[in-house]
Amino acid sequence: MDLTVGSNAFFWTAETVRDFYDALATTPVSRVVIGEWVCSKRLPFWQDEIPGAVEALLAGGKEVAVTSLALITLKRERKQTDDLVAMGLPVEVNDLSALRHIPEGTPFWVGPMVNVYNEGTVNWLARRGATRICLPPELPLPAIATLAKAGAEAGVAVEVWAHGRAPLAISGRCYHARLTDRAKDSCQFVCGDDPDGRDVDTLDGHAFLTVNGVQTLGRAVTTVARQINALREAGVAALRLSPHVGDFVAVAEAYAARLAAPDGSGPDLVAELRRLMPGAEFCDGFVRGDVGSSFSGAAA
Amino acid sequence: MMELVCPAGTPAALRAAVEAGAHAIYCGFADETNARNFPGLNFSREELAEGVAHAHARGAKVLVAINTFPRAGDQALWHSAVADAEAAGADAVILADIGLLAHAAEKHPNLRLHLSVQAAAANPDAINLYAESFGVRRVVLPRVLTVDEIAAINREIDVETEVFVFGGLCVMAEGRCALSSYATGKSPNMNGVCSPASHVAYAEVNGAQEARLGDFLIHRTPKGAVAPYPTLCKGCFTSPDAKGEVQTGHIFEDPASLDATRLIPALQKAGVTALKIEGRQRSRAYVAQVVRAFRAAVEAADRGQPMPEGLLAKLTEGQAATTGAYAKTWR
Repeated sequence: MDLTVGSNAFFWTAETVRDFYDALATTPVSRVVIGEWVCSKRLPFWQDEIPGAVEALLAGGKEVAVTSLALITLKRERKQTDDLVAMGLPVEVNDLSALRHIPEGTPFWVGPMVNVYNEGTVNWLARRGATRICLPPELPLPAIATLAKAGAEAGVAVEVWAHGRAPLAISGRCYHARLTDRAKDSCQFVCGDDPDGRDVDTLDGHAFLTVNGVQTLGRAVTTVARQINALREAGVAALRLSPHVGDFVAVAEAYAARLAAPDGSGPDLVAELRRLMPGAEFCDGFVRGDVGSSFSGAAA
Repeated sequence: MMELVCPAGTPAALRAAVEAGAHAIYCGFADETNARNFPGLNFSREELAEGVAHAHARGAKVLVAINTFPRAGDQALWHSAVADAEAAGADAVILADIGLLAHAAEKHPNLRLHLSVQAAAANPDAINLYAESFGVRRVVLPRVLTVDEIAAINREIDVETEVFVFGGLCVMAEGRCALSSYATGKSPNMNGVCSPASHVAYAEVNGAQEARLGDFLIHRTPKGAVAPYPTLCKGCFTSPDAKGEVQTGHIFEDPASLDATRLIPALQKAGVTALKIEGRQRSRAYVAQVVRAFRAAVEAADRGQPMPEGLLAKLTEGQAATTGAYAKTWR
């Protein structure tokens, strides 16, 4: 089992993007997905960083894929999908329609925003050319085990959402714009003010969700720190880490150290994460088949 | 005339919808294979066969929704639902999952396939992919599109489109939302429920009514006021901006329901084949009233007459109505 860093969900400046991927190139992760999967309006602000980042990551020995958008509606967004294919890297499909732009027989990856819930779907995607599938975050361990097995039989590596706020929903409506009384078309890129997303709390003050433009994420940071051995036994090929602000390189290194010490002899990963992400709440309910926001670890 | 596709959660509602002028009825089996898996709702195999016979005798069609995502290791339940729907004489099945579509296309080549809104096929590429791969004949469009976008889609596809015009409104791309399972452990995709009543708790706190979903407070309403059902995405929350200024309100959507009656002529012009009414969980009386009103509306649209005004005022009373994403400003 190894590590994949998924595409960044948030709107970061070009400079932040450059520094992030430069630093990531030397971390012990096996592969990286890069690109914009939340909002096509953001891409012109940082797309010029992509070629350099890809080069740095490849030079660092990483496999690299480029992601499609998670919700493709506009004509120019469909055209952008063709541009992705032309880059010559594997495309990570996060909206099924991207498949129409990938020639039959060209291998591709499937991201966590595609509904892969059962063996029939794994097998259909494998026949179409999928070589790697990151399962939707809400799947519990028994389903993960069944799909990892089906994937192995069909030649597909199966990943799980292992670290980071889980993507829970995508909409035609931009909530960042709505919060500032704007419409999506006149958003003034307000999501850039919140490089880790904008907090949504309940009226009685409990942390609940995070909005990120058209996307809604959980507030708690998902971590499968307590389920790593079970996921390995289930045949999961890789753990997916999702970028956040802060010392993400150290987060990736902490997971790598945990994978390297399957007997748990290394430092406690949850304690490490608490240290690296001060103030964060964690959750692992989905993988345990429980309420998604719940956590098996002790409270901080 | 545009086809009117109406909900039935019970055999009685099916008969009421047929009598009120539905061209087609959609319903599901009483298990987790359909996205309205509520206690006391839906059809047994015998009830479906009787419902189909009743509808066919009166010139109406029956569409069976098998639109959750089959559980890994347990696909047989969904496979048998497709086989049983065909055996009962259903005119089509409404599916969302790729694996199930592939199974139905292979094992039931004569069964008409509709793509559920839960597949959220939001552009011509997605729709053409489902049409070419599985022979899907009609797609129910997700509620994230404007009327202009629907017209543009229809110009690029060869299958029929069906759109929601009345009832509950998802603000997220359907079938791609795990908000409910994040708060309760039960989701539309896996369990056929959203914000399930089994996880709702009401309490009176300091003179206000509080409605919770799981551990999370969704609404707080003054005593005596009408408290809306705590559907997660229609809840009232707070959010601080980057400078710490706090906004309080319905951050995702107001507790509003969809009413696109006045857009029916525009949807007809956009090439839409069928109009869908949400509400398999609704009473027979509600279904009859809505179906009657919409039958009058599609007949008026067919004659090029203006939409009848105020037909459904009573049904949306106490609740705001919106045309949702069909109007671009909604976004």
